[in-house]
Amino acid sequence: MAKSSKPILWLPFAAGGMAAAMITPALLLVTGLLVPLGLMHLPYDKIAGFAHNPIGKLILLGILALPALHAAHRMRTTAHDLGLGAGFGVKLVCYGSAWLMIILSVVALLRI
Amino acid sequence: MSRRPYVRKIERNWWLSQPRYVSYMLRESTCLFIALYSALLTDGLIRLSQGQEAWDSYVAAISSPPGVVFQVICLGFAVIHSVTWFNVTPKAMPLALKGEPVPPKVIVGAHYALWAAVSLVVLIAAGV
Repeated sequence: MAKSSKPILWLPFAAGGMAAAMITPALLLVTGLLVPLGLMHLPYDKIAGFAHNPIGKLILLGILALPALHAAHRMRTTAHDLGLGAGFGVKLVCYGSAWLMIILSVVALLRI
Repeated sequence: MSRRPYVRKIERNWWLSQPRYVSYMLRESTCLFIALYSALLTDGLIRLSQGQEAWDSYVAAISSPPGVVFQVICLGFAVIHSVTWFNVTPKAMPLALKGEPVPPKVIVGAHYALWAAVSLVVLIAAGV
């Protein structure tokens, strides 16, 4: 049977693309417009309390990690489209930046 | 003998030659803004873990004019991502019920309905 790493890369791409499509615009509406306009507030106690809960931690990680993995995969294919090739450097920048965000987030969440 | 695969030369601006290539590249470019917003959210979690003072300065930063401009640009690209993503769902995941193919319009419509519901949940959870 032919072995391919495609399913491993495709699942986060599809799941992340769906998460980004469903959740990211609403999140941006909150953090980019409603909070700056003073229509909504993100008090420390409330957000830290949410992040203290294990399910809250998973939700916060998911809304950032899934879109990041989706973006990493698409950045890699777009780099290829632009003639930047598909070498190790491109993979390192694309997937590496996503995994760096995930690791930093996990560390931060575990400290809350 | 070392392996020397042939790499065809690609013009950097090939996608400007046809409108449909431009819209393809516009769709693909959304990933950059999705990634940048994930980075902003990562920074938010780091600041949250550092305590109230760090968190308050983070909220002040994302509420500042540069923060808002950046996020409004991201919002525009995020909406392009959502619309293009939902519009290809009938091709990406064709469905059949009792042997009959589900009409593409129904699949796309269901995704838009779910998008509205999820957005409402996010707004309520964040406390409008």
